[in-house]
Amino acid sequence: MSGNGEVLVKVDGLKTYYSIRGSFLDRLVGRTGAAVRAVDDVSLELRKGEVLGLVGESGSGKTTLGRTLLGLVPATDGSVEFEGREITRLSEHDRRLMRRRMQIVFQDPHASLNPAMTIAQAVGHPLEIHGLAKGREEVRLRVADVLERVGLAPAEQYLDKYPSDLSGGQKQRAVIARAIILNPVLLVADEPVSMLDMSVRAKILELMLALKHDFDLTYLYITHDLATAKFFCDRIAIMYLGRIVEIGPSEAIYEDPKHPYTQALLRAIPEPDPRRTIPRDLPRGEVPDAARPPLGCSFHPRCPKAFEVCGWESRDLKELLERRWAGMEEAGFEDEQASVGSLEPLDDPATHARMPGGAVKAILDEARAEDPAEPFWTGVRRIESADGHVEIDWHEPVAPRLLPSGQVEVECHLYDEEALAEAEKRRRSGIPR
Amino acid sequence: MSAVLEVRNLRLWYGTARGSVRAVDGVSLEIAAGSVLGLVGESGCGKSTLGRGILGLLPEGARADGEVLYKGRNLVTMAPRELRRLRGPDLGLIFQEPMTRLNPLLRIEDHFRETLEQHESKLTDDAIRRRSLDTLGRMGIPPTRFRQYPHEFSGGMRQRIMIALALVLRPSLLVADEPTTSLDVIVEAQILRILADLKANFDTALLLITHNLGIVAEACDRVAVMYAGQIAEEGPARDVFAEPKHPYTRELLRSTISLETTELHSIPGAPPNLITPPTGCRFHPRCPDVMRVCPARDPIETRPEPDRRVLCWLYGPDGDIPPGGTEPAERERIALAEEA
Amino acid sequence: MAATAIERLHRRSLGIRRALGPIAEARGMARGMLWTGAGITLVFVLLAIFAPVLSPYGFDQYQAGGRRFAQLAHPGHGHILGTTVQSTDVLSRIVWGTQTELEVVGLALAFGLVIGVPLGLIAGYFGGLFDRAAVLFMDAMFAFPPLLLAIVIAFLLGSSVSSGVLVAALAITITYVPQYFRVVRNHVISVREEPYVEAARALGAKPFTILRKYVFFNVVQNVPVIATLNAADAVLTLTALGFLGYGVQPTQGAEWGYDVSRAVSDAASGIWWTGLFPGLAIVLLVTGLTLVGEGLNETINPVLRKRSIRRVDFAAPSLEPSTEILEP
Ligand SMILES: Nc1ncnc2c1ncn2[C@@H]1O[C@H](COP(=O)(O)OP(=O)(O)OP(=O)(O)O)[C@@H](O)[C@H]1O
Ligand SMILES: Nc1ncnc2c1ncn2[C@@H]1O[C@H](COP(=O)(O)OP(=O)(O)OP(=O)(O)O)[C@@H](O)[C@H]1O
Ligand code: SF4
Ligand code: SF4
Ligand SMILES: [Mg+2]
Ligand SMILES: [Mg+2]
Repeated sequence: MSGNGEVLVKVDGLKTYYSIRGSFLDRLVGRTGAAVRAVDDVSLELRKGEVLGLVGESGSGKTTLGRTLLGLVPATDGSVEFEGREITRLSEHDRRLMRRRMQIVFQDPHASLNPAMTIAQAVGHPLEIHGLAKGREEVRLRVADVLERVGLAPAEQYLDKYPSDLSGGQKQRAVIARAIILNPVLLVADEPVSMLDMSVRAKILELMLALKHDFDLTYLYITHDLATAKFFCDRIAIMYLGRIVEIGPSEAIYEDPKHPYTQALLRAIPEPDPRRTIPRDLPRGEVPDAARPPLGCSFHPRCPKAFEVCGWESRDLKELLERRWAGMEEAGFEDEQASVGSLEPLDDPATHARMPGGAVKAILDEARAEDPAEPFWTGVRRIESADGHVEIDWHEPVAPRLLPSGQVEVECHLYDEEALAEAEKRRRSGIPR
Repeated sequence: MSAVLEVRNLRLWYGTARGSVRAVDGVSLEIAAGSVLGLVGESGCGKSTLGRGILGLLPEGARADGEVLYKGRNLVTMAPRELRRLRGPDLGLIFQEPMTRLNPLLRIEDHFRETLEQHESKLTDDAIRRRSLDTLGRMGIPPTRFRQYPHEFSGGMRQRIMIALALVLRPSLLVADEPTTSLDVIVEAQILRILADLKANFDTALLLITHNLGIVAEACDRVAVMYAGQIAEEGPARDVFAEPKHPYTRELLRSTISLETTELHSIPGAPPNLITPPTGCRFHPRCPDVMRVCPARDPIETRPEPDRRVLCWLYGPDGDIPPGGTEPAERERIALAEEA
Repeated sequence: MAATAIERLHRRSLGIRRALGPIAEARGMARGMLWTGAGITLVFVLLAIFAPVLSPYGFDQYQAGGRRFAQLAHPGHGHILGTTVQSTDVLSRIVWGTQTELEVVGLALAFGLVIGVPLGLIAGYFGGLFDRAAVLFMDAMFAFPPLLLAIVIAFLLGSSVSSGVLVAALAITITYVPQYFRVVRNHVISVREEPYVEAARALGAKPFTILRKYVFFNVVQNVPVIATLNAADAVLTLTALGFLGYGVQPTQGAEWGYDVSRAVSDAASGIWWTGLFPGLAIVLLVTGLTLVGEGLNETINPVLRKRSIRRVDFAAPSLEPSTEILEP
């Protein structure tokens, strides 16, 4: 099942940023605003014949990575080698030729087919584009062939139908047919079953496995569903905010997830097993804005195991206060808010904050006393009141590195000796617990 | 435990150009106070129709028949105005896509004010604020964000705001139609946690509509499995999952891909069109256990165990099966791609 | 071989039948509006085509057989709708006027579509500097009151272009191009982000292939609606131009707006027929075209679309299971 070792795709230091449109005036003078770091320094290899799963929550950059591989969005930096050839900066003509070799299946089967084309036209169009068939009749014959291959049999029943006449599963089969009619070697499948009914998913996955075998395909399987990925993939890459945080063979990842994020994902999957209940110790919050990622490790605001070196900063203090207030009676909250004042200054990421009012220290002390196990406090280096203000300092953030750990590679300080040592040093120098 | 809501032989049909769609066709259910009932089934089985129909929220051209009893009154025959007054303070609804239900031009504060003023006009401004902040706080939305606009929140937060907005009126029953479908697993689990805790925090019963069996298993007390407009099987979630009785439940469980899946399995065919559903048992064209009686006679609901209901001839009543009826029947071949 | 040819033809016609499907299925109000409007419009089209046959006299004929017609004759005496102060036959002017109206409107629509749609497609799909410039320009045009714009254009072109019909058509075109442009461009921008367009890119299709095969058909659906609604509007603009004296010159053809303007002074002295009949013609044609447009809008626009539905009848005979299976 798994790859035979020959590298098909080699991604190295790939970055894809989207610039956020500024105002009309900005655009007029060609000024670009901030950037969403959708893919932020990703390196990986895809071996021939393997299925690599790319798993992560919404907005983690999975689709962008897939689209960058195919050249549908330009890479900002880094390189992609496909069959030994650098492809991020191909000419339009060469890229078009390359399209025969790599194809994509999108998430939404209802939107992936042109509503104004019949199935025969849609599935046959790639042949026409690349001039690979002589005459309409040959196109039609080859389309009929491939339709039967993906289970749309007898093909005559489907050839002249419009997408709106087909069910979701049937559409996805047609989309797959269109993708494989050019005989590609690589298929990027971007959540191919997530919009389908449970009972149809298995059928489409089964089809994809059979096709992989028959056509010698290599898959990049993008999903947010760890359950289908476990079944389907040889290797798994877990993505979070544009970075790969853990990558390795499927068995290793599922048996012994190393990254706290992977662990959380696995625990959060609802399983049809009535003995299980929804876990209570899930990471809080949601995936942050990729345009303003957290300092240090991007996962630290949600990470239950975060510690001294993970990148604590002013925005975490804001969240801490907000969480505290969400659980408070109104009167108490109003008092505290009055003494803390506006939280807006904390929005700018910094490892130093200065807040007005001496009462803040008391509030922080109380918060700490109430929940001393809160990881946030490990990151605080100093809290001092001086001339009516409170000064708060956090430890300098350390960016985690993707390092091998056992069978997998993981990007977390918990598996980095240097980071652990640094944390130990800080723990001793920091304010006592 | 007493039932907050009792549905008896409810039918909800849509009028279309080609005839009536029997989206809900003879459904009976009970939801106990403070409990969570899961409603599962494939797409197009009538789950949403049932959820909305209970609240009297069906589109033009649809008609209802049967009984939905709430506090001793039948909602099906109730005047629309009266029903509207119940919606909110007694019966709440949470939709799948929160953004489409929140007014982008109104602050969160105004959403709460509007809702509360509409149904509890006696509340003072201060009380409104306190109630709203309290409910939001329990959903983990900090009071500092009370005056922000919907677009300033993430998807999961919006869904939590929607839930808070439904709960602030303290309804006795909340219908949640696929409330987590557009959310990530971790956020989904957070929301489910909140919903499952409703009982402890608000004493609200919940009808949780989903097609994810995992969600039902983890968050529901009881489960009703729906197929082609009917309840195929109903019982305590634990028991139904441990030992499914109806062949449809069993097949549905088998075809669900979970972390334990080692082999793919799928149910052949697709749910039927509900204008002319299959005769007899509606599952018979897809059922691996189909018997000769199945296409010929409508199955009769039986209780193989005191707390469980099944709509399948495998469980009798034997007296109603004609001789030879339990012989296995040939299943028609179903084309591979005949699927939903 | 013949069979396959027929089959192929049949396949070709699939698309057309699909596009016309909603129209055949239109029910209720929409259907009534569509057919009434189409009927009225058709009558005018026939009038225009057969004007030489149907019209008793030429549009500027004031005499027959050497005898000058009576001035301001009452409807009846040999002139069914009476005559004007210049002795021309009102009926003839209306019939020939139909030809002018439809010619101008037809040309204006054609020009508008030919210019506005491709511009919108290209600007929307490729974006960039061209798009920005086009949008800015079109918005500026759009901000002008259409009639004022038309007058200015008619005034500017009047001296260099000799055909009055062409001048009027161009003047009206200019006012509608921004509309087509806007609608098409905005629609293209939304279609451009559709996965099926990205899929076409992934397949290696060239930009113009994508525009032609993936974008165009999905975008032009709204155009017929706007075109017919604009046609109604164009009739009004043309007659307004005529009324103000900037339209088709009286020597070049009959034009209702011009006739109405001439009839204004008649009305004071109790002469109603010179103004009423051309006025009615305007109202009727505009109504006809508007009905077609609104009818199309309701049938094509899925949000407004209403199909006939059969009422739910719970008492209807339930499904009769066959008992055969039980019998050996
Ligand atoms: N065309 C675009 N312009 C600007 N930002 C974009 C664009 N497409 C995606 N993004 C942003 O890039 C980030 C990554 O998006 P992407 O679609 O790759 O994520 P994903 O992992 O595929 O998520 P999902 O599971 O929702 O499909 C997100 O923050 C998203 O908002
Ligand atoms: N407004 C309507 N008019 C006619 N038929 C309808 C209408 N709404 C739903 N239906 C039909 O009623 C049946 C049940 O639909 P419903 O939306 O209740 O299913 P569901 O179980 O909620 O499916 P899903 O999981 O896809 O949400 C379907 O066959 C559907 O096509
Ligand atoms: S580096 Fe590891 S421990 Fe630290 S926040 Fe990130 S995931 Fe958590
Ligand atoms: S009644 Fe018959 S067909 Fe229906 S589920 Fe039971 S065994 Fe299968
Ligand atoms: Mg994606
Ligand atoms: Mg539904």
